[in-house]
Amino acid sequence: MSLDGSYYLVLAAVLFTIGGIGLLVRRNVLVMFMCIELMLNAANLTFVTFSRMLNDIGGQSLVFFVLVVAAAEVVVGLGIIVAIFRRRADATADDLNVLKG
Amino acid sequence: MIPVSTASGGFPFPILPAIVIAPAIAAVLLFFLPRGRPGLAKAVGIGASLVTLGLALAMAVRFETGQPGYQFVVSHSWIPAFGVSWKLGVDGISVFLVAVTAVLFPVAIAGPRTGEDPKGYMAWMLLLEAACLGSFLSLDLFLFFLFFELTLPPMYMLIGKWGFENRSYAAIKFFIYTFAGSALMLIAMLALVFIDARSTGVVTFDLIANTTAQHVSSGIGAVLFLGFAAAFAVKIPVFPFHTWLPDAQVEAPTGGSMVLAGVLFNLGTYGLVRFCIELFPRASVDLAPLMLTLGAVGIVYGFLVAVVQTDLKRMIAYTLVADLGVVVVGLFGLTTQGISGGVYQMVNHGVSMAAMFLLIGMVVDRLGTRQLTAMGGLQARTPILAAVFIVVTLSIVGVPGLNGFVGEFVMLLGTFLTHRWWAVAAAVGMVLSALVFLWAYQQVFHGRPTAHAAGVAVADLGWRELAAVAPLVFLIVLLGVYPRPFFERINPSATRVVAHVGQVTGQYPPAVAEGARP
Amino acid sequence: MIHAAPAILLLPLVGFAVLTFSGRRLGDPAAGWLATAAVAGSFVASVLVFAALVGHDSAHRSVEQVYYRWIPVGGFQVNVGVLLDPLSITMALFVTGVSTLIHLYSISYMKADPQFRKFFVYLNLFVFSMLALVLSNNFLFTFLGWEGVGTCSYLLIAFWFDRDTAASAGKKAFIVNRIGDFGFVIALFLIFSRTGTLDYRGVFSHLGGVSGGWATAVALLLLAGAVGKSAQLPLWVWLPDAMEGPTPVSALIHAATMVTAGVFLMTRASPILHLTPVSLTIIAALGAVTALVAATVACAQDDIKRVLAYSTISQLGYMFLGVGATAYGAATFHMVSHAFFKALLFLAAGSVIHALNNEQDMKRMGGLAKVLPVTAGTFAVAWLAISGIPPFCGFWSKDAILGAAYGKSPILWAIGVVTVLLTAYYMTRLMVLTFTGQARWETARPGGSPTPGHSAERPAGETQGGHGDHAGEPHEGPWIMTVPLIVLAGLSVVGGLLDLPFLNLEFLDHWLDPVVGHQTNLAYQSAGLKVGLLLATLVVALSGIALARGLWWRNWRRPELEPALLANNYYADDFYSRVFTSGGGAMSRFLAAAVDNRVIDGTVNGVAALARGGGTVLRRAQTGYVRNYALGIAAGTVVILGFMLSRAGS
Repeated sequence: MSLDGSYYLVLAAVLFTIGGIGLLVRRNVLVMFMCIELMLNAANLTFVTFSRMLNDIGGQSLVFFVLVVAAAEVVVGLGIIVAIFRRRADATADDLNVLKG
Repeated sequence: MIPVSTASGGFPFPILPAIVIAPAIAAVLLFFLPRGRPGLAKAVGIGASLVTLGLALAMAVRFETGQPGYQFVVSHSWIPAFGVSWKLGVDGISVFLVAVTAVLFPVAIAGPRTGEDPKGYMAWMLLLEAACLGSFLSLDLFLFFLFFELTLPPMYMLIGKWGFENRSYAAIKFFIYTFAGSALMLIAMLALVFIDARSTGVVTFDLIANTTAQHVSSGIGAVLFLGFAAAFAVKIPVFPFHTWLPDAQVEAPTGGSMVLAGVLFNLGTYGLVRFCIELFPRASVDLAPLMLTLGAVGIVYGFLVAVVQTDLKRMIAYTLVADLGVVVVGLFGLTTQGISGGVYQMVNHGVSMAAMFLLIGMVVDRLGTRQLTAMGGLQARTPILAAVFIVVTLSIVGVPGLNGFVGEFVMLLGTFLTHRWWAVAAAVGMVLSALVFLWAYQQVFHGRPTAHAAGVAVADLGWRELAAVAPLVFLIVLLGVYPRPFFERINPSATRVVAHVGQVTGQYPPAVAEGARP
Repeated sequence: MIHAAPAILLLPLVGFAVLTFSGRRLGDPAAGWLATAAVAGSFVASVLVFAALVGHDSAHRSVEQVYYRWIPVGGFQVNVGVLLDPLSITMALFVTGVSTLIHLYSISYMKADPQFRKFFVYLNLFVFSMLALVLSNNFLFTFLGWEGVGTCSYLLIAFWFDRDTAASAGKKAFIVNRIGDFGFVIALFLIFSRTGTLDYRGVFSHLGGVSGGWATAVALLLLAGAVGKSAQLPLWVWLPDAMEGPTPVSALIHAATMVTAGVFLMTRASPILHLTPVSLTIIAALGAVTALVAATVACAQDDIKRVLAYSTISQLGYMFLGVGATAYGAATFHMVSHAFFKALLFLAAGSVIHALNNEQDMKRMGGLAKVLPVTAGTFAVAWLAISGIPPFCGFWSKDAILGAAYGKSPILWAIGVVTVLLTAYYMTRLMVLTFTGQARWETARPGGSPTPGHSAERPAGETQGGHGDHAGEPHEGPWIMTVPLIVLAGLSVVGGLLDLPFLNLEFLDHWLDPVVGHQTNLAYQSAGLKVGLLLATLVVALSGIALARGLWWRNWRRPELEPALLANNYYADDFYSRVFTSGGGAMSRFLAAAVDNRVIDGTVNGVAALARGGGTVLRRAQTGYVRNYALGIAAGTVVILGFMLSRAGS
């Protein structure tokens, strides 16, 4: 059996919203980071779904790009977070406003 | 049609790319030199600029007389999708600008004392030389823009790192101001290329193709003309876009001042001929009164403002606005005499003004001040410096027998044939320039030394300084006494430009342009 | 020997080049002798060319030689070449002749000056420029000489540059001349735009059918140049100041040669002047008024060189009057005879100044006839010549002009005659104050120390000008100073023979006829009128002399005869300095401070400030909190999506 594509799309939308809200409301940098991953993967899910619905391999191949970019982002992002943890005890995003204009 | 000759001129290698690339390679080489060897860096800098000079002179000598078109042309496709190519060529308008650039750089590099970090200084100077030469030689709009913009970073560095006390303000002002002008040129350039492409179906940045196409309507042409003119007006600089100049000129180190006065301004005036007039003949005719008025106002204005300055470099910097205003007035007479004389005057002006700033650098180095009120009486203490200074002064003032007069007279005569009253207004400059320069000379050299000046030990010109100014003084006399070989190479191309304008607009019958009215 | 012509020009030029580059090797007196030899050689070459021209018959006394093409641009072709005709060779002869004498004199006068060699460098360059001016075959090469002599004049007036007055005087001379040259250049533009050439022969052969307006414009613009160079009203203010230069320079450049260039130019351009009677009238009137005004000022000067300077302006006015009356021969005649006696006056004055350790104030002279007999004797010859006493040359040349002026308008003649009276008066005053009466320099200068006052302003230069060798009694200079005086005195006596108005002896007029065409002249008038006019001016001149002798003999304090208005040259310098120096300066300062700094640069910096201000406002949006940015992104996404959906829906 195969589920209707719309289920996947709804799931992706739900995941994306959770990720987005999490990003907006949480203070912990690590959690925010995970929320971003959630959003990325929600997007991936949409790609795959449409790829299957439209019978176009392009969407699936694009997922690989996203995965690679996400992996790179994890490397850089975690590096930054570790560096921040070294300098200060906790990692609350609101304390990190050194880029204030 | 513009004749194009791809003959190599007997050189075993393409000469024009060699002229551009030689200083660039040396500049790159310099970055890899060890920091601790200033002598070696200087030697490389001087050597590379001399090699370039040799190549440029060889090219000028082999340049064929009586040919209106481009010679030694090389062309390689670069970005085929947009019709961009690496295309270099030289004609009568650019040949002596290239030569004079190649003459001035060794003098500017070797003549004045270099400050700290000679390695970086040499590298930036050579890069600047490559960019300037590339601008004069490019026959591709995109390539020209590239080189034109490439002159900015080296000049920015030269002012910003080796300049006087207020250098960073001047450097940033110079960079942003000229960059803003260039942005307008870029837009106009793209618009021109794509408008032409709509008619011809071919996207090309080739200068000759765009010159001959002439598909732009007169209204849009005027707008695009102004776009180009904006870049050049800032670069020249034409009144009222000149205020970056006194700051930059005052703060720049002597070598930078020389290049700024001798070469960079020529880029602007050259651009007016090559791009504004050739690409937009109709707009040039329509907007000539505007350009002539700006030029003429600049002449009077520049000299009047100059005469009350108390800083020697600033005073001479303002006279540049006026002198270049004369060139603008000459060019937009749109006659053979106007354009030939204008091009000749660019060469003269480059030589004389570079010499002037070299000498000013020597004066300022000796006295440790730029303030005119702290100078005086130098003629008794440094007679040779004074003698050279007066020769250069008289050349700029336009005393016949020296170079300035020939160019100035010929181009104002040309403008007089078509735009009488502007030429008359511009000729007022001959009174005012005498006023400014003799006043400057008097304050520096005449009278008795002021307390400050008397307290400083000054020596007359050493052999190294003499060797640096000697070629410039020689050129000043040669260009004034025997201009014929130069005009014989400039004239055909100037006539071509005027004929092109006449052909497109039907407004300037060659008989008038030739100057022989019935 | 017409082929000697290039040597006329080349010898002084070579002298200049050699002295410039190896003057130091030559050493001091040798450099002066070399310069003198170069000019003397040039004089010999001029004589040869002159002899060759005399050999031609009068219709063919015009030879053009082209040396090389100078500026070729399209239809504009200018050569470097010479036009050898009676006019140019006459000029060349007297320029090189007088120059040779003055070079010789300068060797002694400038002795021991630290800039001795440089003086002769400039002097040779001057002679070359002057010869280029007169010999040229086209307007532009003439202009080269024209500006060249102006430049040399600048360099030589400011020769003792450590004196501020000298430096400023040189600059003033150059700039005032440039004002006139502006007119000259525009005239050249007009000539070329109408005739398509600047060659004299070409221009004059294309004059058929030109409009009167064109001719008038060209004539008046050329006149502007001539007025500047020849120090006529309203540009006469530079010449008195030019006396700051060494005295030989005043004699050569500011009396005998350069200042006459304006008259030469007018004579050369006579074919154009003939087309425009109104310009001729203007020239004549300008000359007459200048002659009168300058003569009145000369009556109230104390500085011996300034008297002579105003006198020069006045005499040049006569020459312009002659040109305006189309008496070119008479104008040239007066130019030549003026060169003789005025050069003599200056050199003799230099001899006096030299002897008195740089005293120039006539009120501190007196009684010099006894100690300087040669100077006094030659000076007296020149005095009689300029005053217009026969048989000296000034009488004949001046009356030739006055006769022509009478033919043009009796009013001009009357002005000229009043000037004759004034000329005789101020020259006699000068003569009496300087050479007769008690020796005031002895009381004014106790112990032979330098005199205070006027001479205190002129320390470095003339004190070093060759008389550290005698501190005590004034005495004559060496022979190289007196010989030029004697030669010039001789010429002043016999110079009148060039052009006598009787018995068909008008050699100069006939000689110049092929160049200038028809002339009016005294000689062409009826015998009765001729004699009447001659006698009238003679009586006037004699009464001027008698008047001055009566007033100034043994009575040198007469301030009531020297009103401040005249002593200060009608306050013209004050007026010009107020209008141009102060007024122009104020405008310049306004432009520099207000317009350039505030308006133009203010706009530029204002744009920059605007960008900065905008940034200051917008920077508040950059809070630094990640969630704010995230919210912004989310909101932006919503807006864009909403926009797209609404577009898709409609």
